[in-house]
Amino acid sequence: MTKINHHIPDSMLAAYAAGTLPQPFAIVVASHISMCAHCRGSYEAHQAVGGVVLDGTEIAKISGDLKSSILTQLDEPFTPAAVYDRSGIYPGPVVKTLKGNEPRWKTLGMGVRQDILSADSEGSLRLLYIPAGQAVPEHSHSGLELTLILQGSFSDHTGQFGIGDVEIGDPDLEHTPIADPGDPCICLAATDAPLRFKSLVPRLFQPLFRI
Amino acid sequence: MIAYEQNITRGKKPTFGARRYERNLVEETQKEVSDETVWMLAVRDKRDKAAFANLFDHFAPRLKGFIMKTGMPGEQAEEIVQDVMLTVWRKAAQFDPHRAQVSAWIYQITRNRQIDVIRKNNRPLPEELIEPPSLECDISQMLALDQEGQHLRQALAQLSDDQRLAVEKAYLGELTHQEISEQTGLPLGTIKSRIRLGLERLRLELKGLR
Ligand SMILES: [Zn+2]
Repeated sequence: MTKINHHIPDSMLAAYAAGTLPQPFAIVVASHISMCAHCRGSYEAHQAVGGVVLDGTEIAKISGDLKSSILTQLDEPFTPAAVYDRSGIYPGPVVKTLKGNEPRWKTLGMGVRQDILSADSEGSLRLLYIPAGQAVPEHSHSGLELTLILQGSFSDHTGQFGIGDVEIGDPDLEHTPIADPGDPCICLAATDAPLRFKSLVPRLFQPLFRI
Repeated sequence: MIAYEQNITRGKKPTFGARRYERNLVEETQKEVSDETVWMLAVRDKRDKAAFANLFDHFAPRLKGFIMKTGMPGEQAEEIVQDVMLTVWRKAAQFDPHRAQVSAWIYQITRNRQIDVIRKNNRPLPEELIEPPSLECDISQMLALDQEGQHLRQALAQLSDDQRLAVEKAYLGELTHQEISEQTGLPLGTIKSRIRLGLERLRLELKGLR
């Protein structure tokens, strides 16, 4: 097992705990926490602050029958929500997003494949498959991008990213990640804006490919 | 605050002997696990309804106040209070006092529930790390975590009004991650290290944790 070197920033973990991250980012953060004890510790520290805020909140009077109504429900049977565990290289939150299925890869050319898991006004979430030695199509970002490595590794001018590492791309970062030799690189990438590819796929085809 | 009762834990060794307690009352009084933790462990390990009622009395009015602060009307807030308290009962096995104070655990349940209600899609959550019942409980870790909670409380109280308001807004879910400054003025480093020790305790037992 390799050590995770690139983590989720604190402000993002706080926002994740409070529930204000856009859904695609929240799935990446939940996946990273599933793989990284360091960030799980930070996330739980933010819960502790939330708990202190909760404990210090001015109380509001509870209706008379709420307590007895809850107490009578304790013995009622209930069905726990389905739990999605890790499956192969995919952490639980990704397995849940895939509804337990394998990814449905679509070819982008040059051996690169993707599976778009969601794309809406909040941004997009997709799995990328990049063969060793292959460049991820060069793109610049109009928004924020979070990329979590699930298999293999890639490198760009900012460093190397291996399993569990998160790369954060912002509008200032223009980069060309290249998958390192070895296993194909598979990563989970979230954006809060459409990606703009500079090559490989002309802008014209973007709606067609939903990139 | 009451002295920690051995009988609610799954551990075997009594840690606070009566004799030691007599010998240095002040020191031992500081070494107490909070009431809420004691109640929560009684709920988790003994399905104790009286302890649950105590948790309700402590948390329900705070929860309602907290939820109403986010702009929800009282009636809807009480529905969430009900969902949260039932989750506390049903998912009690997920509570690990070596990593979380009860308020922290309930805070997260509450935010998760609020978001599930507000949005249609389910909130993505990390894989759960459930404490294996075979693991002996480590009271010193629980006490140290309680103490970190106290430190956080004090640190929050010492912030300027503006700063404290910003922290409250952040954890009430009113700020985006861009708006949350990394500098909250809270000394989070020490509680992080403490929680990581609680995670370390599970590391040997659970595969895939790193
Ligand atoms: Zn991390």
